[in-house]
Amino acid sequence: MMADPVDRRQKDLERFKRRAFLLAGAQAAILIGLASRLTDLQVTNSSEYRLLAEKNRINYRIIPPQRGLIYDRNGAVLAENLRNYRILLVPEEANDVEAVLDNLGRILPISRYERQKKLEEISRQKGFVPVVVAEHANWEQVAAVSVNAPALPGISADLGNSRIYPFEDDFAHIVGYVGLVNENELDNPNDQDPVLQLPEFQIGKTGIEKSLDQELRGKAGTRKIEVNVHGRVMRELDRTVPHSGKDVQLTVDQRLQHYTLARLGKDAACAVIMDVWNGDLLVVASSPSFDPNKFSGGELSQAEFDELVSNPNRPLVSRTVQGSYPPASTFKMITALTALEEGLVGPEDIFECDGTYEASNRIFHCWSRQGHGSVNLFKSLGQSCDVYYYNLAQLAGIEKITAMGRRFGFGVRPGIPLPGAAQGLLPTKEWKRINRGSPWLAGDTLNAGIGQGFVLASAVQIAVMTARLATGLAIEPRLIRTTGNSMLEIGGISPVGVTEGNLNLVRSGMFAVVNEKKGTAYDSRSVSQESVFAGKTGTSQNRNITLAERRRGLKKNEDLPWNQRDHALFCGYIPYAEPRYAVAVIVEHGGGGSAVAAPIARDLLLRSYYGKLPPLEAYPEDIRPQVRREQQELDLRQPTRPESGSIRA
Amino acid sequence: MNTSERLGAFAHAGLRKAAGLNWILVILVCIAAGVGVLALYSVSGGQFEPWANTHAKRFVAGIGLMFIVAFFPIEFWRRMAVPIYLASLVLLVFVEFAGETGMGARRWIDLGFFNLQPSELVKVSLVLLLAAFYNQLGARNVSHPVWTIAAATIVIVPVYLVMRQPDLGTAALIAIGGATVMFVAGVSLYYFAGVVIIAIGAAYRVLASRGTDWQLLRDYQFRRIDVFLDPASDPLGAGYHIMQSKIALASGGLTGRGFLQGTQSQLNFLPEKHTDFVYTTLAEEFGLIWGLVIIAFFGAIVFYCIGFAVRCKNRFRSVLVLGLSATFFLYFSTNIAMVTGLVPVVGVPLPFISYGGSAMMVLLFTFGLIQSAHIQDKLEQS
Repeated sequence: MMADPVDRRQKDLERFKRRAFLLAGAQAAILIGLASRLTDLQVTNSSEYRLLAEKNRINYRIIPPQRGLIYDRNGAVLAENLRNYRILLVPEEANDVEAVLDNLGRILPISRYERQKKLEEISRQKGFVPVVVAEHANWEQVAAVSVNAPALPGISADLGNSRIYPFEDDFAHIVGYVGLVNENELDNPNDQDPVLQLPEFQIGKTGIEKSLDQELRGKAGTRKIEVNVHGRVMRELDRTVPHSGKDVQLTVDQRLQHYTLARLGKDAACAVIMDVWNGDLLVVASSPSFDPNKFSGGELSQAEFDELVSNPNRPLVSRTVQGSYPPASTFKMITALTALEEGLVGPEDIFECDGTYEASNRIFHCWSRQGHGSVNLFKSLGQSCDVYYYNLAQLAGIEKITAMGRRFGFGVRPGIPLPGAAQGLLPTKEWKRINRGSPWLAGDTLNAGIGQGFVLASAVQIAVMTARLATGLAIEPRLIRTTGNSMLEIGGISPVGVTEGNLNLVRSGMFAVVNEKKGTAYDSRSVSQESVFAGKTGTSQNRNITLAERRRGLKKNEDLPWNQRDHALFCGYIPYAEPRYAVAVIVEHGGGGSAVAAPIARDLLLRSYYGKLPPLEAYPEDIRPQVRREQQELDLRQPTRPESGSIRA
Repeated sequence: MNTSERLGAFAHAGLRKAAGLNWILVILVCIAAGVGVLALYSVSGGQFEPWANTHAKRFVAGIGLMFIVAFFPIEFWRRMAVPIYLASLVLLVFVEFAGETGMGARRWIDLGFFNLQPSELVKVSLVLLLAAFYNQLGARNVSHPVWTIAAATIVIVPVYLVMRQPDLGTAALIAIGGATVMFVAGVSLYYFAGVVIIAIGAAYRVLASRGTDWQLLRDYQFRRIDVFLDPASDPLGAGYHIMQSKIALASGGLTGRGFLQGTQSQLNFLPEKHTDFVYTTLAEEFGLIWGLVIIAFFGAIVFYCIGFAVRCKNRFRSVLVLGLSATFFLYFSTNIAMVTGLVPVVGVPLPFISYGGSAMMVLLFTFGLIQSAHIQDKLEQS
């Protein structure tokens, strides 16, 4: 049966329409499906993906704070931040890194070794991470880089911070230095400051830089930034400003410190100068020293470091604070005060000295082999008679002596914020039993009575003792004057707790040391009425002299190897009448206190008193030519660091 | 006729043709391309370089092409169906030997102004040929087995060639496009049922072949299937595209992050953001609301064309317009399904919006054909 063509066309058209309608329906269904899927992803179930989006793009960057500055008492900057011009290379912007480095080499020299190192660094990092190709560029070099920018694609100059110690060696032991954070410091549970994670961040390694690191460091700011898939920074979203560290003002006097170190010379020696009114440490000097800039700047070569470590004079150690020495005769004031306070002796009680003293079947020697004859308190200090103090020590007993020593700051760690401040040692019977495993001997007391044997003290402690003797007040040493804007309060200073009469007796003995003809430091006196000072010499034995040696005849100190020679000590205060400054000087293996330490201490006392190079009139006439020569030879030039390429931050 | 009369007649004919243009469709197409320029301006971080500029220029050139195509009579294109189809096959073969390699597959020929992607051209030429074929065939023989096999062959040859490139996604879309034309042309539904059964069987065979010596898909194609099923399994590798796309959509939310504020796309987390994933950028920056508007807008174009196809006076034109609009639908819906993780990532651009020369030219060629059909319809009405 043939269908009618018209009918067929009609049917065909209807089928087409039906199918078109079906198709449209299917398409509409698909569109609705897509729309609901989109709704689901964008709104209904978007939270987890939204979180992923934030993680994708938000990054926090730490902005390091500006480290606080360190000043001396007069405002001289001891540690500052210099901005140094660094030349950076962004490898991906330099089409040909080698060629750019070649061009740059014409402006600032790049050694072949450095070049190799930089190329390795570049190859390790992503192309957009800038690499420091040169530091401490000077202004001409920075300008040349800018001018030649077209030939130096990818090169830019930038300001970095570096810690600078303008007075170099002078404050190395007090101020210390900063360095890169090491792994131990990163793991320190007490200090988890995120700023430590910054690769170029430096923290205090020694000295005040270390002990006041938290104050100096400040608080890091953050930058909330948007990064793209490669970690490249696209824009900044938010910023909290870093808070600079607090400035710290020390009690030290930069010029006095500089003079002191120059005066100490190259020997292993240390000196402390203290303001006895408030305990301000004006000078804390340890010689030899080193240049902290080399540590903080990382310019120290291995050879230089090895030299510092192997140097027998140990420049890295702060002997002023960390070194413990037998105080020797400087301790005799303590023994004297013990006996006086206990009423065991009066000032005019006489002990005979024939050069030896016998106790427990042992012979104890006076430094003067022929003896001092009849010795009272005044003479005992002035001439530093050992036998007199053997008697006193035996009368007083060790416990009383150490109790008195403690009142004057011995055996107590000084309250100054320097790492490794020595506690020194005041021995007791108990201490010896525990630490040496042997009972206390009578001879131990005798040795302690003259500041030998087990007694140990640091230069700071000896200076504290001197200040307390001079004032009768329990002066505490102080190194920090202000942190931030707050002046440190000095609490009411309590009396040291010794009768003024007895103190005066001891003071007059110290006067005799310097100003009596037979005094051990008579040669180092001041002849100017205003600057008369008092003090005490000390010569601390560094080795036990065996009986056999004594029989063979005592070797002179000068004949001994250097490291077995005696330490020379001197402590004193100026002016005698109204004390203002106390000084303690220790010259390691220097020999006698009177010959070696006293002249140095004299110069330091006079320099402190006059506030300038002491006038020759203060010196005895016979030594003035020598003093003048010494003053002229003194190297008081201040170090001058090249300021090129750096501006003060 | 003298010259002026000729010119006059020509102008008269031109005016009549211009009057027959479907201006609504022209405007819709222009809006779509405008959105594309906007999106590309955004993905390059608020710059006309490197994409938005070129995209706009290509669109202007393309719209010129569209008018030229439209002003040729539809009968001309019907006659040209075979040559165009054969030419596109030749180009497909040619791309095998001389094509440039993009992302591990040979897909395009460098023509200087744009890279010709023959697989794009095939989408149109196939529809054109099938429409002509069924027009020639007459209603009676539509479901005749011999002619059905002939029509299937017309579809399968380019599908096979595109698969060889290899571009499985486009091949599948061409196949579906061809099948859609056959469907609206009236081929018996039994054939379709048969094909569906065979396809399911084939899919099973393909998946079962994995890991054997005779595996039927390349490894990366299998991986794409895996990743499609569970994108989180490889978030930084093969699943990266889809994960990042979903993250971007979620970050857009209901109202979007604002123009140029899309963090995913602005910060390059989004891959292929100027081509296949451009819709994600739009949805991130303008939010769900405008994302839905775009879908509705594309839908409107398709339904508008379907409405026209149904009202066409001529079978060839009906099938052609319906087939072309179905192809258009197929492409934009697949793209959106792809970026929302509904279908595997197959590399299909979003019409008018994704950056790409071939797609733009072919699209406007498509709309030129539709316009030509419309003009003819108008001429016959009056």
